[in-house]
Amino acid sequence: MTRPTPHKANQPAHAAGDAAHRRELLREMLRIRRFEEQCVELYSASKIRGFLHLYIGEEAVAVGICQALAAEDPVVATYREHGHALARGVDMDSLMAEMYGKVTGCSRGRGGSMHIFDIGRRFYGGNAIVAGGLPLAVGMALADRMRGISRVTACFFGDGAVAEGEFHECMNLAALWDLPLLFCCENNLYAMGTALDRAQAVTDLAARAGSYGMVSWAVDGMDVTAVEQAARRAAEAVRGGGGPHFLELRTYRFRAHSMYDPDRYRDKSEIEQWKARDPITALTAQLKQDGELTDHDLDVFEKEIAAEIVQAIEAAEAADTEPLADLTTFVYSPRPT
Amino acid sequence: MNAPVAARGTPKTTRATRARQTHPQSAQPAQPADQSAKQVTYREALRAALREALIKDERVFIMGEDVGRYGGCYAVTLGLLEEFGPERIRDAPLSESAFVGAGIGAALAGMRPIVEIMTVNFSLLALDQIMNNAATLLHMSGGQLNVPLVIRMATGAGRQVAAQHSHSLEGWYAHIPGLRVVTPATLEDARGMLWTALQDPDPVLIFEHGGLYNTSGTLSPDAGPVDIDRAAIRRPGKDVTLITYGGSLRKTLAAADQLAAEDIAAEVVDLRTLRPLDDATILDSVRRTHRVVIVDEGWRSGSLSAEVCARITEQAFYDLDAPVERVCSAEVPIPYAWHLEEAALPHADAIASAARKSVG
Repeated sequence: MTRPTPHKANQPAHAAGDAAHRRELLREMLRIRRFEEQCVELYSASKIRGFLHLYIGEEAVAVGICQALAAEDPVVATYREHGHALARGVDMDSLMAEMYGKVTGCSRGRGGSMHIFDIGRRFYGGNAIVAGGLPLAVGMALADRMRGISRVTACFFGDGAVAEGEFHECMNLAALWDLPLLFCCENNLYAMGTALDRAQAVTDLAARAGSYGMVSWAVDGMDVTAVEQAARRAAEAVRGGGGPHFLELRTYRFRAHSMYDPDRYRDKSEIEQWKARDPITALTAQLKQDGELTDHDLDVFEKEIAAEIVQAIEAAEAADTEPLADLTTFVYSPRPT
Repeated sequence: MNAPVAARGTPKTTRATRARQTHPQSAQPAQPADQSAKQVTYREALRAALREALIKDERVFIMGEDVGRYGGCYAVTLGLLEEFGPERIRDAPLSESAFVGAGIGAALAGMRPIVEIMTVNFSLLALDQIMNNAATLLHMSGGQLNVPLVIRMATGAGRQVAAQHSHSLEGWYAHIPGLRVVTPATLEDARGMLWTALQDPDPVLIFEHGGLYNTSGTLSPDAGPVDIDRAAIRRPGKDVTLITYGGSLRKTLAAADQLAAEDIAAEVVDLRTLRPLDDATILDSVRRTHRVVIVDEGWRSGSLSAEVCARITEQAFYDLDAPVERVCSAEVPIPYAWHLEEAALPHADAIASAARKSVG
């Protein structure tokens, strides 16, 4: 395992220190936060059904990582993927319509909250089997390497995935075949209701990835600029032929696992401690302290985001549902003639 | 968990009753008198198809356990590494879930992977990827994600390799919407189904019965792609329809021979594709013969044979002159001892008996 020295890790990455860029990072995290807060309301109103897994508290991870990706880089995510989809540029209207189960949804209402796909954004879901997306990412990276295409496949998964056999099979394959993969492990300390140290014998997840011979290190997942810096450094190395890289992003979800979860397994004090490190609050304070953000700026952000969300809800409400006659469309493709 | 190596020391099939090393096609009396037709094995027919695909489409590559340097656990890919190199004949570690999933990912990214799984029992280690991703992504993504992946695997019993290498689980896969499941039983299908499968935008699973690899017969040099949509009538007859597929075809044809000696003209239908089933060919035959025996090496309960039976009773109940008969494997894990294994599997005698009972 190779770990960067603290000095190296703290080097400012390209553009990350720029005030306008940092404001944009804040705006994007705020956009994800407000979108999901609205989703909670809509869930309570039974507009959104099924499972709803909120990313609230973890926004710095998706936003930071996506800064380092090019438009043609594939992204594979999990069932807690609203944040990744938005950060990746998936249109909020099509995301909201998907949650509503409407035909204008990115997956035509067949996927819902857990299965957001947008091939135009090279966003490959939306996988609700823990660790199930890793082999897909390995295959995409393999295809790129076989054809000499210089892309980075970014694969998001949680700490829970590290306990799965598929995780270890994929770490081995990625390292063995030296594939252009950026593994983004969102360690929020809980696999649903089971704490990491109750489930895994070795809780240093970067060390476990490192045991496969790939470059890996842990990053403060509550600090968006730290995430961005790490992601840029790792993605650049992957793109340059440095083989797979693994980032353990130490983060925390402020809400329960899903809307069904009574959240009995965590101390309230623990949640409060992590909330004190809210990535949005932290960056807001930092920008203000640096004189790079005014209350007026924030107000403008909030108003723009609120308008975008209202527009997405209105569009979803007004949208059609898939005709029942099309229930079985897309089980198979039309046969080639 | 190594699979048996047919070309390298597989238990020899010494009993005359089971070592029917002749291919169904050549067992039929009327062979085309094509002088250029070559004598080939089922294994060689599969290899020729793989080779053709690798030559014709640069997106095609083969990935699986021991497909390269070893030459394939059933020697199907023998020699391909030397011809196409290690990038395209890709040895994978023992990680069924990862390399099947990687095949799905590569297919999503525009490649045309052919993934080989040693045997159907091992495919269960990759069932998550096959079911939750390959079969599901197109529909779940609202039509955005095609998975043009081909998975080949050996299936079936008859080689004394016991309960973790001998099962016939293709019927399970035929349960899953989004998959196409094909079972080449003849040399022509071994040679021709692969290319058609590769043209399919959706995942296709090819089940090769382990007892067929060494069978041989004649194959026209211009044998090429075949359809994977329709069942085939392998032997016409008017008195009873024997429906089967894969490794049971030769047993069923042998039963038809026995019945012919008793003036019972059995029609043999080879399903070829287990999903989607070709109802039309099945029902057309049933409506002509009015009597049916279904032969399936899978277990009887909740099985492919049950599905075929249900479709016949749903759609041709009033055409039947007798209850549908089934000849399936005994409901036990396939045992090692030869006499026990033989007792567990369908045989020509049992098929003929079921047909006699049906004809009454």
